[in-house]
Amino acid sequence: MTAVLLARSLRQRVGIALLAGVVLLTLAAPMLELNPPDAQFADRAYAPPTRLHVRDATGFHWPFIYRRQLDDRLMRSYRDDLSRRVTLDWWTGGHLWSVDGADGPLLLLGADSLGRDVFARLVQGARISLGVVLIGATGALLLGAVIGGLAGSVGGRLDTILMWLTDLVLVLPGAYLVLALRGVLPLKLSTPTVFWLMGTLFAVSAWPTVARGVRAIVATERSRDYAEAARAMGAGRMRQMRHLLPAAGGFLIVQAVLLLPALLVAEATISVLGLGFPGPTASWGNMLQEATNVSALARSPWLLAPALAMFLVALGVHLAAGHRAGPLASSR
Amino acid sequence: MSAELAAFAARRLFGALTLIVVVSAGALLLVRLAPGDATTDLALAHVDAATLAAARAELGLDQPVTTQLGRWLRGLAHLDLGRSSTFGRPVADLVGERALNTAALAAAALVCALAIGLPLGIMTGARPRGALATVVAPVSIAFVSCPPIIGALGLMLLAVQTGWLSIAPGALFLPMLALALPLAAMLERVQSQATADVVTAPGWGAIAARGLPTSHILWIHASRQAARPVLGLFGVILGSLFSGSLAVEWVTSWPGLGRLMYDAIVSRDAFLVAGCALTGAVLIAIGNLIADVLRGLADPRVRTV
Repeated sequence: MTAVLLARSLRQRVGIALLAGVVLLTLAAPMLELNPPDAQFADRAYAPPTRLHVRDATGFHWPFIYRRQLDDRLMRSYRDDLSRRVTLDWWTGGHLWSVDGADGPLLLLGADSLGRDVFARLVQGARISLGVVLIGATGALLLGAVIGGLAGSVGGRLDTILMWLTDLVLVLPGAYLVLALRGVLPLKLSTPTVFWLMGTLFAVSAWPTVARGVRAIVATERSRDYAEAARAMGAGRMRQMRHLLPAAGGFLIVQAVLLLPALLVAEATISVLGLGFPGPTASWGNMLQEATNVSALARSPWLLAPALAMFLVALGVHLAAGHRAGPLASSR
Repeated sequence: MSAELAAFAARRLFGALTLIVVVSAGALLLVRLAPGDATTDLALAHVDAATLAAARAELGLDQPVTTQLGRWLRGLAHLDLGRSSTFGRPVADLVGERALNTAALAAAALVCALAIGLPLGIMTGARPRGALATVVAPVSIAFVSCPPIIGALGLMLLAVQTGWLSIAPGALFLPMLALALPLAAMLERVQSQATADVVTAPGWGAIAARGLPTSHILWIHASRQAARPVLGLFGVILGSLFSGSLAVEWVTSWPGLGRLMYDAIVSRDAFLVAGCALTGAVLIAIGNLIADVLRGLADPRVRTV
């Protein structure tokens, strides 16, 4: 952990700052979202982002917006009412910023096909997507540490069997594995069920890389003097593993960080295929499903906001992890 | 020496066959154990019991899982993959064409990534503080952070806004680029690191002292030694190519294995799922086999594994 905190290079500092920014935005989600993430504004389908202004013909002002009216429903064109400035309210109703309901809605990143606030869904979706990814990564680390630890510290036939299983899962493409396991379950499931299910599936498909690394480290440690001493004092297998596993700590931390972008992509893939969270729930992958429609994407590039968010997380991870470890493990 | 290599290849071939059978039989079992089967639509449409029973008998769903699995494995020995319940056609016909499309996409992306990534990596690795490396390294890190699904969506946006790329279904260039760019960037980073390690190793000075031209040492001697880490990554690269192509095929409507597998799983078409899993496993096994043999050729130490 200290190795991560004591950033050695500018690159690493930028990466950590990026990740910290994403975490901060995620934690502050309830304060930042101006509209409920599942609220549909009837006249705002594919509405472009609301512009924030600080300046008009009369000079500089506090940040303000113009009221927006639907011009033509068919062409989805909107017109700003330039006659009156609507100044943002700060710190009212538990929100960092807001506008009066009659003057709004304020759509910082535009709206999707159902007239929902893309920004609100982005920050809310960050909680869901990063949450499910954290569950998956934690599960994968636990599974990998136990299986790799057992194989490395016990050795013999158990080692052979466990590593055979590891290699088998390792060569399977993760996305197909998750697709097959998710596909055989009912298509429509509730949000909490999907959340835990997806976390489990990610853990089940991502553990082999962890297990291999842990096994290699533990097997090396086993021949060290302290392990010999533990065996000589009559330590059982479990106790031996408890002594050996901490050696893999640094490796596990790096793996945890590198699993983040890989699992975010897995969530996006499964959601784009329509096997992710149910419609009203905002997740990054769920939002991207709409961007796969070419004509919608051409007219409303802001639908790609979650893709940009995923890119920034991945960039942060690769910058922070350093160039040696980064590209190797992110590819899975 | 060649007998040793042959034994090594034979061991790997046996492993590959096990993989193929285990994966496809596992897929068949998975679909049979899933809630609902290929006749669920009929049952929901309230057809009479006799029709339903006839449909179940025709698909072999009235028999226990083990019987069906045994029959499927026997068919596999004659390269008979059964019939698809949704399409009413032999699975082998359906799967063959789609598998070729997926393999073509993956191969094109791999070749493109190797052609861009490896030479760039050797050049940046030879001079890690040079002008080229200062430009290429950040660009590489940016592309490594741009997984195929995001790359495909970004390229689609670029295509519809500028018209530089074709987005017609079946156009190869866009999906290939989406898959190749992050891979090329990853290869560049790995090759760069490996080359830098070789160049700074003590033996390097000895070779240089023999008076060989620097470019010759770099491109012939160093690149061969530095090939090992990249070859070692081949399995991971193949897996990521297939994983990435699932999303890319979906986004760009490339008629590959991914969508067929999805349709098969969702409609509980057990034989078709097993057929897709089988061809996917065959493609992966072939790729890994080639990589293993290449590794065995490049590094004698691997052959005993």
